[in-house]
Amino acid sequence: MIVSNLTLSELQSRLLGEGLTIASGPFNFRLQSGFSDIVPDLARLYAHHPLITDDAFIDFHVAIEAGRGLRRWLGAQARFVVDGVEPFTPLPQAQALPMIEWGLNWCISAYSQHVLVLHAAAVARGNRALIMPAPPGSGKSTLCAALVNRGWRLLSDELTIIRLDTGEISGLARPVNLKNASINVIRHFAPEAFLTKPVRDTVKGTVALMAPSAQSVRDVGQAAQPYWVVLPHYRAGASTALVPMQTGAAFLQIAENAMNYHVLGIRGFDAVGQLVDRCRHFNFEYSDLEEAIAQFDLFAPEG
Amino acid sequence: MALLITILKNPERARHLCQRDWDVLIRQARHANLLGRLYRTLESFGELPFTQARPHHHLLSGSAVADRQHLIIKHEVGLLHQTFSRCNIPFILLKGAAYVVAGLPAARGRVFADIDILVPRAQLANAESALMLTGWVSMALDAYDQRYYRQWMHELPAMQHMFRGTTLDVHHTILPPTSRLKPDPALLIEASIELPGMPGVRILCPADMVLHSATHLFHEGEPDNLLRDLTDLDELLRYFGAQDGFWNKLTTRAKLLQLGEPLRLALRYTTRLLDTPVPAEVLQEAGALEDSGIRQKLLDAIYLRVLQPQHSSTADALSPVARKLLYIRSHWQRMPPHLLACHLGHKALFPHRVASPQRIKDEKAH
Repeated sequence: MIVSNLTLSELQSRLLGEGLTIASGPFNFRLQSGFSDIVPDLARLYAHHPLITDDAFIDFHVAIEAGRGLRRWLGAQARFVVDGVEPFTPLPQAQALPMIEWGLNWCISAYSQHVLVLHAAAVARGNRALIMPAPPGSGKSTLCAALVNRGWRLLSDELTIIRLDTGEISGLARPVNLKNASINVIRHFAPEAFLTKPVRDTVKGTVALMAPSAQSVRDVGQAAQPYWVVLPHYRAGASTALVPMQTGAAFLQIAENAMNYHVLGIRGFDAVGQLVDRCRHFNFEYSDLEEAIAQFDLFAPEG
Repeated sequence: MALLITILKNPERARHLCQRDWDVLIRQARHANLLGRLYRTLESFGELPFTQARPHHHLLSGSAVADRQHLIIKHEVGLLHQTFSRCNIPFILLKGAAYVVAGLPAARGRVFADIDILVPRAQLANAESALMLTGWVSMALDAYDQRYYRQWMHELPAMQHMFRGTTLDVHHTILPPTSRLKPDPALLIEASIELPGMPGVRILCPADMVLHSATHLFHEGEPDNLLRDLTDLDELLRYFGAQDGFWNKLTTRAKLLQLGEPLRLALRYTTRLLDTPVPAEVLQEAGALEDSGIRQKLLDAIYLRVLQPQHSSTADALSPVARKLLYIRSHWQRMPPHLLACHLGHKALFPHRVASPQRIKDEKAH
């Protein structure tokens, strides 16, 4: 059974009651919420995710709740709670939906030291994966959203999970977080994609979430072998340029973008080393999205 | 009885748990800061191969965090050793740092908030200067807190290393000078043991280590770490209890240091909750089996609640009351009534936010 098998009112009563339990790749999470206005968007964003049975192990028990006490009457707030722990300060209620995504990302990076967690987007063609580790503003989410609308399978937009035993990527296929100008860019680039209403004035500016494709969610369990590492850099007016990168530089870039590199110690060093060894590495500068995608499609025959 | 305590006592039962049980167990262990220890316990009983994949990941994750912290602790202790040996200040590692550097079983999977050390009161100012010269700074507290610590507490305000972010508590004794119990730190220092290969780095002798762990738990323990501290005591008692003359030494030292009461409570609750093997005559002598009296019933009502993992699955209607009473008890023990009244009065009038490393980190992250 998947989320879209539920009617909106069934979905809402789950959120109000025992919670909506969803599998997202290697993680199961349970979501509870009293906010009814997030239900329709949530239903679209997670439409294809499998529901899990009541007797299953849940990795993260999360809830989005209203502000406490008097505060709830002075500008409604949303609080993210994971099993009684509140890692963030409350946000305006309008940000409840992006807050769920940020909260789940927090859970994964705080509680998953059994895998290497990269701050990176990852997409796949067949079983070959393309990893884009990059700081905010580099255009990685925009590229990632564009690629998954042109036949690439979404593994993850924000956190790339690398298994320490096999070196494979565990995909999450969760919604893609689009920011500011990239929201309209993707709307024009892929009018058929579902985007939530933009949420303004967040710490990351204006944010909209894009639903992962049905195929990405369905195939999330399929093995994805890291094959290309591309460091994107958006620069207005730049012509498309894909330049090979030395492995030493690639190692440093990946280690810098590994959220738990220091926690894993020697295992982190080995994991990054193996990842570097098995991939081809590029710096990529772009401004035109169509050209950029065409460049990546040249990879595809290999994939 | 919380599932976590049941499994810590009987690790072989883990293989019969269903997914829902594992779900509760992992959440309780996470809230009690015991994921890493649970992993090591299951490992030493050969239970890991029978553990389901998802809970196994969380256990492994907890254990990786503990391993990383142990590496940091060892590194920091090496640096402290350099700093203090330059100015000939002996220092004693306390609690977790001592367990890790001395390689005791109580270190297994243990996680930390900070490093605790003890230096002789006469050397405290020198120690603080030496630390400041090597990059340790007093954490942002207001003038009242600075004075409060320096005048009334058994430790300096927490220090943090400006580059490495590690937190350090420098003690000159193990209880605030204003508390009702007054263990003489000179006795602790005199009986302490130098670590082989690290001249100047010392740990408390086994009996004192147990007494300090008990004193910390029953005087200043924060609810979130009480069960972890109790498992520390359990590990220490199991390990040292096998050594000749330990139990005799323990009760003798408790009398000498005026720490009979924390020892009594430590023995009472480790044996009750974790089945720690303690000779019957020791329990008798320490008064750990005493059941009568209103005071004991109240203590049991408090501690049998706060020594559970502080997770919603173990809470009952009285758990919040028990936590509140524990807070009052720890303040009551810490200072005489007139001081307590002044202190609480100040905190009520000027509710300054206390700086904690976690909060500073959270604020940076936003």
